[in-house]
Amino acid sequence: MQILQYLINGISIGSVYAIIALGYTMVYGIAKMLNFAHGDIIMVGAYISFCVTSYLGLPAWVSVVAAVAVCTVLGIVIEGLAYKPLRGTPSLAVLITAIGVSYFLQNAAQLIWSSSPKNFTSVVTMKPISLAGGKIVITGEVLLTVAACILVMVGLTLFTSKTRTGKAMRAVSEDRDAAQLMGINVNQTISTTFAIGSALAAVAGVLLCSTVPTLQPTTGSMPGIRAFTAAVFGGIGSIPGAMLGGILLGIIETFSKAYLSTQFSDAIVFSVLIVILLVKPAGLLGKQVQEKV
Amino acid sequence: MKKFVAMLMAALMVLSLAACGGSSAPAETKAPAAADAAPAATEAPAAEGAAPALKIGLTGPMTGPASAYGLAVRGGMEIAVAEINAKGGLQIEFKSEDDEADGSDKAVSAYNSLKDWGMQILAGPVTTGSSLAIAAETVNDQIFMLTPSASATDVAMTGSNVFQMCFTDPNQGASAAELMKQKWPDATIGVIYDSSDAYSSGVVDGFLTKASELGLNVAVDNAAFTADNKADLSTQVTQCKDAGCDLVFLPFYYTEAAQVLTYANTVGYAPTFFGCDGMDGILTVEGFDAKLAEGLVLMTPFDANATDDATVKFVEQFKANNGGLVPNQFAADGYDVIYALYNACVAAGVDGSTPVADVCAALQEQFATLTVDGLTGKGMTWDENGMISKAPAAMVVTDGVYVPVA
Repeated sequence: MQILQYLINGISIGSVYAIIALGYTMVYGIAKMLNFAHGDIIMVGAYISFCVTSYLGLPAWVSVVAAVAVCTVLGIVIEGLAYKPLRGTPSLAVLITAIGVSYFLQNAAQLIWSSSPKNFTSVVTMKPISLAGGKIVITGEVLLTVAACILVMVGLTLFTSKTRTGKAMRAVSEDRDAAQLMGINVNQTISTTFAIGSALAAVAGVLLCSTVPTLQPTTGSMPGIRAFTAAVFGGIGSIPGAMLGGILLGIIETFSKAYLSTQFSDAIVFSVLIVILLVKPAGLLGKQVQEKV
Repeated sequence: MKKFVAMLMAALMVLSLAACGGSSAPAETKAPAAADAAPAATEAPAAEGAAPALKIGLTGPMTGPASAYGLAVRGGMEIAVAEINAKGGLQIEFKSEDDEADGSDKAVSAYNSLKDWGMQILAGPVTTGSSLAIAAETVNDQIFMLTPSASATDVAMTGSNVFQMCFTDPNQGASAAELMKQKWPDATIGVIYDSSDAYSSGVVDGFLTKASELGLNVAVDNAAFTADNKADLSTQVTQCKDAGCDLVFLPFYYTEAAQVLTYANTVGYAPTFFGCDGMDGILTVEGFDAKLAEGLVLMTPFDANATDDATVKFVEQFKANNGGLVPNQFAADGYDVIYALYNACVAAGVDGSTPVADVCAALQEQFATLTVDGLTGKGMTWDENGMISKAPAAMVVTDGVYVPVA
């Protein structure tokens, strides 16, 4: 009985990691850069949603739409101002810039919303389902997050394989120079990727804060790092891999907290990660790319 | 003869310090609002007759994740300073520096810049980490230190010049255990705590020692979390639920406690939750449904809803200065710190012209016998280690406000 509840808890936090990891993997897969500011865009999305519901008194779905809109614009602006000028420079420069953007967003949020924590009201109004006489409880947030995760995963897979823009993204991902020669606008494609990634971040922010209600300027950073780990775990660049990695990470984390040690759960999670990467360096579902000589 | 030379040197040093202060003062008062400039203007003509103002410094997090505490302490201290200066007599010049609650270089540089300013007494730091970093420096510099809110035992033990206004962590844990023994003797107790935080672990250490002494039934004592994995506390709550705990001790900050209460409510788990002073502030979290905190017990020395004159006056002034924000115990601690220092300085005849080391010696002597009635307690005294002794107060949240535990 107990084990089932822990499993549900694990899936709950894991699916939040998964949806964040989808954004990470999307941007990495196409733009070949680690957007360390992703976690902070999540935080901005959550704040926007919080403001719309708490200050303007609008319904939850409006707040999600507003968060997606703001984050999409924010993503495009960040890409245009911070990353586009660095196109063609060593990837290390972009990486450091991403860390800078991350700090910038955190501090800006602190100036706007102050550092005192806010309590996010869940967008889910559904009553939790109680099984086995209250021993097992499935909350509405879990169901919504898992559903959103699957929806996003299927949507992204279809988008990248069927649509023109999606195909352009895959082409850019595979060989940027060749894609450019074929007449694909690389800059625009990468901007679109950022827009999609940031819109996903907004959704992830709302779901994260619905599950874990504390909202602070640093809310996004730790889940962001974990989700990045999940994306690597599942095979970075792979869309189903991000989902699998996120959920597995959540389950391993919860089980190690429940049965081994609450304090060493991180050590256990990351040891598993190291072992898996030693055995499968490209991650669970990652493609082993042959080095072209 | 030697003594005379020494005195002369000391006088020269004081003069040069005063000169430094004089030349830098106009530059400092230029930027802030007119309110700050006014006392400086009234001081100037009196400077020749009256003693110079006593310089009290505060270091604490004014920005960063812990800034809620630093700003509260500063707000409380500013009220006390304004009240004292309005009385006439001994005047206080107050300055705060930001250390971002960073226990390393930032704390030390905040402290150093206050020293350059000519600080005679350190009324800080706000957080334990910074206090541990600075306390040793104050011992070397012989600067008297009274921290409003750094509660680790190690802080007070650093030197004989270091004093605390708040309870030490283990003492607080022990009094929590005593209260539980008194009110809930048959409860099955679960403990969730932050093992990466000195405050939380300190309270738990004191609590568990006392609890086993008193024979309390602690069923879960290892449901810890760390700063890195605190994003999800559902497992720890589930552990307490499965063990059948009907009283859950939460000795950590309200930020995480709000999470625990929300999750427990979602899964329909309703034990008595019991917090420490870090829980104070939970009702002011924006967006937090105060209904979830109904019945929550917490140990806090300060109640903003108390109806005694001193508290009412303080709360009103604080709200007026801080855009309607209700002061928490950190603000009250800050207020009490300034008054305790003021009382001791008046009794010892210390003023702005007293050399730093003499201030330190005089205040150490005063604090051994000093009794202070403040917002956070009546009849507060300090022991030889610099730890405070005052009666702990427990509150229970009823209809959204604190009510003393019956």
